[in-house]
Amino acid sequence: MSQPIRFDPIRLPPEAEVLRAEVRAFLAEEIAAGHFDPQTSPMQDGFDRDFSRRVGQRGWIGMTWPKRYGGQERSYLERYVVTEEFRAVSAPVRAHFTADRQSGPVLLKYASEEIKMDILPRITRGECGFCIGLSEPNSGSDLFAARAKAEKTARGFVLNGSKVWTTYAQCADYMIGLFRTSLPTDDNRRHGLTQFLIDLKSDGVAINPIGNMAGGADFNEVVFTDCFVPAAHQLGEIDGAWKQATSELAYERSGPERFLETAYILTELTRTLGPEPDRREAEGLGRLVAQLHTLRRMSVSVNGMLQAGHEPVLEGSLVKDLGTIWQQILPTKARDLAAFAETAPEERAAFDALLPHALRIAPKLTIQGGTTEILRGIIARGLGLR
Amino acid sequence: MSDTDTLIIDTTARIFQELADPQAVIAAVDDSWKTALWNALEEAGLTLAWVHEDHGGAGAAISDGFDILYVAGRHAVAVPLAETLLGGWLMARGGLQVPPGPMTVAVGSRAEPLRIRGRHLHGCARGVPFPALAEHVACVADGEGGPQVVLVATESADIMPTAGMAGDGIGQMLFNGAPAIAAARAPNTLGLEDVMLMGAAVRAQQMAGALQAVLDLSVSYAQEREAFGRPIAKFQAVQQNLARLAGETAAASAVAASAADTIHHAETFDDAVFLEVAAAKIRCGEAAAEGAAIAHQAHGAMGYTDEHALHRFTLRLFQWRDDFGSESEWAAGLGAMVAANGADRLWPMVASR
Repeated sequence: MSQPIRFDPIRLPPEAEVLRAEVRAFLAEEIAAGHFDPQTSPMQDGFDRDFSRRVGQRGWIGMTWPKRYGGQERSYLERYVVTEEFRAVSAPVRAHFTADRQSGPVLLKYASEEIKMDILPRITRGECGFCIGLSEPNSGSDLFAARAKAEKTARGFVLNGSKVWTTYAQCADYMIGLFRTSLPTDDNRRHGLTQFLIDLKSDGVAINPIGNMAGGADFNEVVFTDCFVPAAHQLGEIDGAWKQATSELAYERSGPERFLETAYILTELTRTLGPEPDRREAEGLGRLVAQLHTLRRMSVSVNGMLQAGHEPVLEGSLVKDLGTIWQQILPTKARDLAAFAETAPEERAAFDALLPHALRIAPKLTIQGGTTEILRGIIARGLGLR
Repeated sequence: MSDTDTLIIDTTARIFQELADPQAVIAAVDDSWKTALWNALEEAGLTLAWVHEDHGGAGAAISDGFDILYVAGRHAVAVPLAETLLGGWLMARGGLQVPPGPMTVAVGSRAEPLRIRGRHLHGCARGVPFPALAEHVACVADGEGGPQVVLVATESADIMPTAGMAGDGIGQMLFNGAPAIAAARAPNTLGLEDVMLMGAAVRAQQMAGALQAVLDLSVSYAQEREAFGRPIAKFQAVQQNLARLAGETAAASAVAASAADTIHHAETFDDAVFLEVAAAKIRCGEAAAEGAAIAHQAHGAMGYTDEHALHRFTLRLFQWRDDFGSESEWAAGLGAMVAANGADRLWPMVASR
């Protein structure tokens, strides 16, 4: 008999719960001071450098990193608490979140000491934002089809080509981008790509926002024209970036942001249904809460695996697949359940304002950070089907 | 996982593999395999894992009992193992000595709970599992001075049996002054809701195990079955479906394990236990529907036949999702609680676990 799929019932340690109280107090202060409003912030761009600086002052950016780089050497489970509490009130974390989640850990692993000492402390202070340069106009899910080139020169590399769907490139300071340094080989089509750290203020970088159907312009096209990057900005092995990708994905795919992105609509649905919903409404609400609880317990469990030093690629993909499908359908279910609610208009004003937004952003939720189809391919591989 | 846990899991798995292999069970001419299986489980102390040694049990931890049930679910258990564990747990709450042999558990309705007057049990319980195989029935009944844990002989009840979804038997039991073999005052807080919670957690664990078995069967079948010149596992459409089945299995397993762990550590059955168990019963029941549909699709017509083992699991999934409250019943209760608490307490409740 094969090994069963297992998600151990990890409980957050006491220090994480102490931290949770601190985070909630901080967020309550921020809301009271009018820095953001959970009932409207989902509709805004969520990019607030001042907010990120205040989060940095608390030591909540890069909090798992070594102290010498500005980190706090705290656990993944503590970071989990901070992330989920911020998401639960739709706090404006965009200015630091990508660097905190993904780019910082890549630098920690692959950047030179000099770069780490320069950039990581700035990230932890909330002063330095990152974007991710993976997709291209003709390379999305098929990452290894990337064509944007990095050509070696005497002192470094010259970049040409374009990256696309680059979230918040227009506000970010740096990109970690994937560039072609060699052609793929016959026996390994993943060969030939290299990761680089790119200062977005460099010459030869043009950033063009792309408007979207939800009324935002968080995506960008980033065009590189003879853009020079110093040799020290090469991250990891030349031509071997594919080896660096897998562990990164487990971090990217298992966080609370993968099922809480539309969670505000569940909160507002609860407000709209009122204290005594009818049986149909109560049942629908109960199912949604059961599903949310399940996803959260799975996500905590995966973060426990990360904390224990495992690389839960299959488990992370399972959580992201289930989580993104759930957060995508949630606005529609909320719409159905609120259909006959006889709530006073002022009680449901936030629901009525947020629902169209949640419905508009829903289609992208199963595309970003690995499509449903790609995730299920990874799961199928984990099952031994391919 | 401790060594004891591993030992219990291995023992349970070995007994089921030897005596209840699904394919052998399907080929069996009669039900004599059930007797052999039951005897082996009883001899290993698994049937009374939740009863202290002083009261005739094995004195295992609550978490061990849930591990046994997961393995049992993985083998489509068709004897009253879960019910006897549950009955033993209930008897232990009343400090009662537990008899050997298979038990079942009867639950009255909220409107009309079972009652004990003198030492005689009255009332009606619907959907009682294994009325034919169980020798005793354990229940919690309203007594004159508070709740009591009561044990009666199955034969003292009027039973209207039906086959149930999986043919394991399920029935309505009418107690018309059935004499108590044992009865004792229970803690004042013990009530019908506690039995429902424990029963739901038990069924969630069995469903998680059964879904894992359904996933294993489906993956093997897809790797063996060839169509259009290659194993159907090589088709992306099949891979995507089986990945979804893995997702449903993972969700069921995670939420059932979380509920079991919560009960293992709980002093009393508070709101936290209610959230965990309700969520487990709801989500496992949903996974049963999704998972069974995908598994049958992957197996084609073969999985629909009585000679293939798949139905032994899928039909029990359909039975177990009904037992101790369906998804709809638990969801209405959970939703009512969430609504009564109000929007601003939703996240703190979810994130407190």
